[in-house]
Amino acid sequence: MSVTASAVQDTIREARSARIANDFAIQVATVNGSGSQTANLVLLRSIFQMGVPVSGKNMFPSNIAGLPTWYTIRASSKGYIGRKKEVDFLVAMNPETAREDVLTLPSGAATVYDEPLRLKDLRGDVIFYPVPFDKLITPITHDAKLRRLVRNMIYDGVLSKLLSIDMAQMEKALRKQLGKKEKAIALNMSALKAGYEYAEANLPKLDPFVIEPMNKTQGMLLIEGNAAAAIGCMMAGVTFVSWYPITPSSSLCESLIDYLKKYRKDPETGKATYAVIQAEDEIAALGMVIGASWVGARAMTSTAGPGISLMAEFTGLGYYTEVPAVIFDIQRVGPSTGLPTRTAQQDVLAAAVLSHGDTQHPMLLPSSASECYTMAMDAFDLAERLQTPVFVLSDLDLGMNTWMSYPFEYPKKPLDRGKRLDEATLRRIGEFARYRDVDGDGIPYRTVPGDGMPAYFARGSGHNEKAQYSERADDYANNLDRLARKFQTARTLVPKPEVDLVRGARVGFIGYGTTHWAIVESRDQLKAERGIDVSYLRLRAYPFTKEVSDFIDACDRVYLVEQNRDAQMLSLLKMECSAVQFAKLRSIRHYIGLPIDGRSVTMELLKQEEGR
Amino acid sequence: MSTETTVQPPAPGRKINRITERIIESFFELGIDPTQVIKLSGIGCSSKAPAYFLSSAHGFNSVHGRMPSVATGAVVGNRKMIAIGVSGDGDTGAIGIGQFVHLMRRNLPMIYIIEDNGCYGLTKGQFSPTADLGSTLKTGVVNDLPPIDTCALAIELGASFVARSFSGDPKQLKAILKAAISHRGTAMIDVISPCVTFNDHEGSTKSYSYVKDHDEPLADVSFIPYFEEVTVEYDPGSTTEVTLHTGSRIMLRKMAEDYQPTDKMSALRLLHETMTRGEYATGILYIEPDKQDFLDLLGITDEPLAALPEAKTRPGKAVLDEIMETFR
Ligand SMILES: Cc1ncc(C[n+]2csc(CCOP(=O)(O)OP(=O)(O)O)c2C)c(N)n1
Repeated sequence: MSVTASAVQDTIREARSARIANDFAIQVATVNGSGSQTANLVLLRSIFQMGVPVSGKNMFPSNIAGLPTWYTIRASSKGYIGRKKEVDFLVAMNPETAREDVLTLPSGAATVYDEPLRLKDLRGDVIFYPVPFDKLITPITHDAKLRRLVRNMIYDGVLSKLLSIDMAQMEKALRKQLGKKEKAIALNMSALKAGYEYAEANLPKLDPFVIEPMNKTQGMLLIEGNAAAAIGCMMAGVTFVSWYPITPSSSLCESLIDYLKKYRKDPETGKATYAVIQAEDEIAALGMVIGASWVGARAMTSTAGPGISLMAEFTGLGYYTEVPAVIFDIQRVGPSTGLPTRTAQQDVLAAAVLSHGDTQHPMLLPSSASECYTMAMDAFDLAERLQTPVFVLSDLDLGMNTWMSYPFEYPKKPLDRGKRLDEATLRRIGEFARYRDVDGDGIPYRTVPGDGMPAYFARGSGHNEKAQYSERADDYANNLDRLARKFQTARTLVPKPEVDLVRGARVGFIGYGTTHWAIVESRDQLKAERGIDVSYLRLRAYPFTKEVSDFIDACDRVYLVEQNRDAQMLSLLKMECSAVQFAKLRSIRHYIGLPIDGRSVTMELLKQEEGR
Repeated sequence: MSTETTVQPPAPGRKINRITERIIESFFELGIDPTQVIKLSGIGCSSKAPAYFLSSAHGFNSVHGRMPSVATGAVVGNRKMIAIGVSGDGDTGAIGIGQFVHLMRRNLPMIYIIEDNGCYGLTKGQFSPTADLGSTLKTGVVNDLPPIDTCALAIELGASFVARSFSGDPKQLKAILKAAISHRGTAMIDVISPCVTFNDHEGSTKSYSYVKDHDEPLADVSFIPYFEEVTVEYDPGSTTEVTLHTGSRIMLRKMAEDYQPTDKMSALRLLHETMTRGEYATGILYIEPDKQDFLDLLGITDEPLAALPEAKTRPGKAVLDEIMETFR
C-alpha cells in the first residue's frame, strides 16, 4: 500500500467513526429497460416507511431500452427533498457508465458493484463492495427473463444490510409495489434475501452511511406530480380531455384516464361523464379543447415544449374569442426536441405571451405534488372565471419524480363556472352583448349553445362588443383595452405568492416551481455556514401580484432563481418594475438538464454577493 | 321557430351564397330549431358563410384549416347540437388536410361542407390542392400537380355519408343537404362552387360553364323526411331507397349503371373513372347509414357533457380518500 493510499484508508476509518445517519444520496446506475424501477421504488419506499424524509429522482435517457439511466434516492433528516449534488452511495450496475460513475464520486463515498466490472482499483478513496450478481441469481430461478427482472432486487438486499434498512420494511414496500402477484413477490423476496445474506457473510461495513428510524414521514404519501395533477383535474370536474402523447407530460393524461374510468361513470347509466380524445397532434388537441369549452364543457390538455409551440395559434384564438382552456405544460429541456427526458423551466416566456399579436396568459406555478393538485382545480376555475386559456407550468422533475406529500384535502369551494348569462342577469343588464364590460372588471357575460340564452358568433377576426365583425378603430382598441383590463383582474384572482420576509435581511430570493426546494436548502446553508439571512418569495402565479412588488421594495438585492438560460421569469418581472426595483434584480440560473440543487444556489449567491 | 330571411352575399357577385340559401331552406323545411344548431368554419371566403345563415344559432369562425378539431370538441361537449361546418378547398385540402383526415376517420356526427372553387379566394386566387391538373389561373399559370379528391379521401377514411354537388344545381344540392342533416355520422359534401372573381375563366375546370357541361348526376336524388308521406310514385325497378337512422329516406332514381351508393369500391371506382374523363360525378356517392359514430364509440352520457352538474362531475370525498390510500 502506498503512503497516500494508507492515508486515505485512515480518513475512511475516521469517517466511519463519524456515522452519517439519514443524510446522504444513493444513486443506482443501470441500463434503461432492465427493470430496475421496482427495486428502486422499493428502496425509496422502505426508507420512507422508516420515517426518514426521502425523494427519488429518475434520470433516464430518451430511448426505450439500452441506454444508461440513474436513479437517485436522497434521505434527508432535515427534510430536504431537492436534488443533492454529490452522490454518497453508488450502486454500479451499468458496465457502460461504471468507470465514470465511480470517478465522479466524492472522496469517502461507497460503491456496491457487479463484481465482473472490477471497479475497486479505480480509486483508493472510495469504499468498494463487490457483489457477484449472476452467481447469486442463478439458484433463484431458471427462467432467463425472470432472472433479468429480479436481479436488481439483489442490490436492495445488499443495501438493506449495509445501510441498516429494515428487511421487514423492504418486504412491505415490495408488496405495495407488486400488489397481489404472490409468485412475483416470492421470487423478488428470494432475490432480496440472497443479497442480504451475501452482504452479511461477505461485506464487512466500511462506510459511514446508515438509515435510522425517525418519525418524520408519518401521515405522508409518496406521489408523482403528474398523478397529483390528474387527481386535481378529476376533482375539478373536468369533462373533456384532448391530448397528444409527449414526455414528460403523458403520464398526467394517462393517470387521469385511469381515474376517470374508475370514478367518473354515471351511476345510473354506467356511461362516461367525460370524454378523452387522443388527438392527431397538439394543434388539434387544443382546438378540441377550445371547441368543447366554447359549448361549456370543462376542458383541458396537457403537453410539453414542442406541443406548446404548436398550440400558439389556438391559444391566440382562445384569448381573443375568450374561450376558457386549461393547458398543462410539463416543461422539459429545449430548444426544439432538446433533451426530452431532462427537466427545465424554459417555457415561461413562451407561455406568458404565446401566439402572435398582443396576448397575455395567466400561468400557475406549482412547486409540490399538493400544489399540482390544488392548482389543477384553480386553473379550471380561473379559466372559466376569466374566460381565457390558463397555463399550469409544471416540469419533468415535479411531474415524473416521486415526492413526499401530505394527503390532499377535499375541495371546500364549489366549482366556479364564471359569468354565465342567465334570465335574471339578462333582465338586470337589459341586453346581451358578448364582449361588453358590464361589471367594469373586463370580464363579459357568456352564453353557450343549448342554454336557452341569446347566441353569438365567436370569431378570431376583429369584433365589436356584440361579437359582430368589425374593423373600426374604436371597436378594435376598446376591445383590446378591455382584454388588458381583464388581465388586471386576473392579478387579483391568481394564487398569491408565499412570502417569508426575514427581519434584518438585505438580500431576497424569488423562486418558483421546483426551484423552491433548492432555495429552501440554500437559505439554511447560507444561515448556518455564513450567518446570512435571506428573505424569500415563492411565486405561485403570473400575472404578478402586489406582494411581489412589495417584496422587492423590502430588499436591497433580489436574486430570482430559475432553471433556464435566459432568466425568463426575471424578464417578465422586469417588464413591470420601476427603475429602482429594476436595479435591485439579479439572476441565478441553472440549466444543465438536472434539477437545481441547494449548493449551486448558495455558491452562486455568494459569488455574486462577493463580486459586488 | 325562426330562420334568417335575408341572405347577404359575402362579396358582390360571388356565388357562394347559393349554398347558403340551400342551407337555410334545408334547415327550415326540416323544421329544425336553429337554437339547436352550431355553425363552424375555418378561414377563407367560404368560411365566412356561417355568418349568413341561422342567426339564432351559435357560430364559431375559427382558424385556417382547423375547424374539424373545434367541431370535434364542440360536438363531443354537447352531443345534442346539430353541427354544420363550412370550409374551403384550401382550408380543407391544404392547411387543414390533417384535421380533415382525422375528422373523417372518427365519423363525428356533423355536416361538413367544402365550398370547392379550386383556388384560394380570400388571398386572391392562388391554386388550391383541388385544382385539376392542367387548369390555369387567370394569369395563365398552369397547375402541374394532380388534385386531391376530397370525396375519394373521405370514403376511404371512413366518413359514412359522402356527396358531391354543384352550386348551380339547387334541387340536387338541397336534397343532399337535407339527407346530410338527417344522417348520423360525418356527412361530407364537396360542393363545386365557382369563384367568379378568380376562377371563372376559360382554362379553369372549376368555372361555372365547365362544371355545368361536365356535371354527371349519378341519380335523381330525393329526400323524404320521416314525418312526410311518399306522394310521388317511384318505380321500384329504377329506384334505390336508403333509410336513415331517423327513419327519413333517400330515393335515388335513374341511377348510373353498375353503381351502388352503399358499396365503397363501387363509389371509388366511379370517382376514378369520371375523373379520368374530366367529369364531375355528383350526387350521394357513398352512404353507410348505420355506421357507429364517434359519440357512441366514446360511450359518453346522453346528457351533454357541458351540462353535467357538479354532483356528477366532482367525485365525493370518499373517492379522494380511497385514492390517497393508494399512495401511502
Ligand atoms: C395560418 C394561416 N395561413 C394563411 C392564412 C391566409 N389565408 C386565409 S384564407 C386562405 C385560403 C383560403 O382558401 P380556401 O380555403 O379555398 O377558401 P376560399 O377563400 O377560396 O373560399 C389563406 C391562405 C391564414 N388565415 N392562416
